[in-house]
Amino acid sequence: MQFAFGGVRPALTLLIGVAIMVAALGFALVIGETRIPLADIWAVLRIEAGYPAREVNPIDHGILWSYRLPRAIIALSCGASLALSGVVLQALLRNPLSDPYILGLSAGASTGAVAVAILGFGAGALSLSGGAFIGAMLAFGFVAWLARMARGNSAQATSSLALLLAGVAGAQLFHALTALIIAKSADANQARGIMFWMMGNLSGSRWPDVYLAVPITLIGSAIIFLHFRALDAMTFGREAAQSMGIRTGLVMGVLISTTALLTAVMVSMTGAIGFVGLVVPHAMRFLVGVGHLRLIPATALAGGIFLILADIVARMLIPGQTLPIGVVTALVGAPAFAIILVRSSRAHSG
Amino acid sequence: MRIQADNISKSISGKPILRDVSLSIEAGQSLALIGPNGSGKSTLLRVIAGLLAADSGHITIGGDRVDRLPRRKLAQRLGFVTQEAGTTDAIPVREAVKLGRTPWLSFATPFGAKDRDIVEAAMQQMAIESYKNKLFNALSGGEKQRVHIARVLAQTPQAFLLDEPTNHLDIRHQIAIMDWVKAQQGTVALALHDLNHAFACDRVAVLNAGQLAAFGTPTDVLVPEIIAPVFQVGVRQSRTPHVDHPILTFAKESFTTYP
Ligand SMILES: Nc1ncnc2c1ncn2[C@@H]1O[C@H](COP(=O)(O)OP(=O)(O)OP(=O)(O)O)[C@@H](O)[C@H]1O
Ligand SMILES: [Mg+2]
Repeated sequence: MQFAFGGVRPALTLLIGVAIMVAALGFALVIGETRIPLADIWAVLRIEAGYPAREVNPIDHGILWSYRLPRAIIALSCGASLALSGVVLQALLRNPLSDPYILGLSAGASTGAVAVAILGFGAGALSLSGGAFIGAMLAFGFVAWLARMARGNSAQATSSLALLLAGVAGAQLFHALTALIIAKSADANQARGIMFWMMGNLSGSRWPDVYLAVPITLIGSAIIFLHFRALDAMTFGREAAQSMGIRTGLVMGVLISTTALLTAVMVSMTGAIGFVGLVVPHAMRFLVGVGHLRLIPATALAGGIFLILADIVARMLIPGQTLPIGVVTALVGAPAFAIILVRSSRAHSG
Repeated sequence: MRIQADNISKSISGKPILRDVSLSIEAGQSLALIGPNGSGKSTLLRVIAGLLAADSGHITIGGDRVDRLPRRKLAQRLGFVTQEAGTTDAIPVREAVKLGRTPWLSFATPFGAKDRDIVEAAMQQMAIESYKNKLFNALSGGEKQRVHIARVLAQTPQAFLLDEPTNHLDIRHQIAIMDWVKAQQGTVALALHDLNHAFACDRVAVLNAGQLAAFGTPTDVLVPEIIAPVFQVGVRQSRTPHVDHPILTFAKESFTTYP
């Protein structure tokens, strides 16, 4: 098989990726209930940055600056984080179907965030994220433990199945815990809000969220990128990686925690958005190959672009109504999951 | 580099797998590890490679204890081809071999021209260049095995551990591997099932139920008196022209008369 962009220089590919990202951002700002022309967007950005520019209709200015821009930035950041989490989990667990949603990390993060929000340990963005992080780590611990118990000494093919089933069990368990917390402690109004949020939703995105999401995404991506060689070395398994000089225990600890943090922060803001971590890395492997030096930047960019576009679709698909973005990503992701499942089980039996 | 194992014992979930195994391989020499299925060959290689901690005893390589060397340092000295390492990734052969350079690379020293030459030479040595752009998962078992060996060659260690490297290989490539073992400047320890291949090594260690049943030169160890009871088969030794060592032939228990 030939890789589609095999001949194009990586730097050029990166540049094209960035250009598409900027275009997607612009698109997200223009499109909406009221269409705002690019010239106005440019003017608003200049005004907010403190440069002279012509006046823009204050309502448009407000929509753009207080709603659409933070929302698009959160989509970008969230998409990049979730997609990178998928790359890391797939490489470390050596399972092409791994992603934070499927392995129950998102569910655990939801439980943690809901527990903080409702049982109230201070409901600032930071403590929500903290609760979500603890929830995600607990969920991962549970799933990993269950998969290990189920796997025993059997072969790789069954172990990847065991992991997925453990993920299903973990996600169900944490969904149930979340439902329990809501049923016991939330009033009807809170409950409705939480249900809406849990399906994956960007409509609450404001600037304070941006100030948390963007630094976390940048730091998380940097940590993941710094480990690109270790992720490559995991190709033939943990023992092979160790025998090539990788401290796999340390690497797994650092990268799983990073993944849990990225997932937790994003889930605490936007709810659990599924399948981004699954669809995007696989598409990018097809474009740039399996080497993480290229796969990581490509996935981060494409994840961001994917979620910006998904959000536009969520806002525009049904006029006058905004779909939860999780619905859109699932509509794309579920068929992709099926394709990857079929292909990877063929790879096992072949 | 000299490899030494002192009184290695290892139990896994309460079951003793290795019992008080001691042996050594001189620098530049080769050791064949033989023994029935489940006798502990792979486990011993894992302990030597530092992938598994021994319950008691220790391993030294070039005078340093394996469990005290940083992993990266250890990987620069010691390469390990495990028994059947697979992947679900669509990785091309060349990229798989390049992974062998991992312990020598960092952000300060990226993959360079010298590394590329080493990788090319390793692929040439294992005769896999003709499919270096193919996907690893599209190869046959024997071709995969050669890719793994090439990957460890690209690691340029001074000592090699190979777990059944001749597995899956056709006869020509089996001979090529054993010739490579003989010609190797580095220290080599390899697990083998074809006992006649073990004659190519400087030393042979026989494992039986986790214990060292014999350890010595091939002509001392590969004799019916030692091999027959360990493998529970009849063994006969014969000579053929053009082969400079005895040939062992086997049959079921009925073959009990040792010559
Ligand atoms: N992770 C493990 N958990 C439990 N038992 C194990 C484990 N690894 C190995 N064993 C047991 O240790 C014994 C030795 O296994 P090992 O793989 O070292 O044998 P071997 O000599 O390499 O066999 P083969 O010729 O089949 O490769 C076996 O009885 C095996 O069941
Ligand atoms: Mg073995």
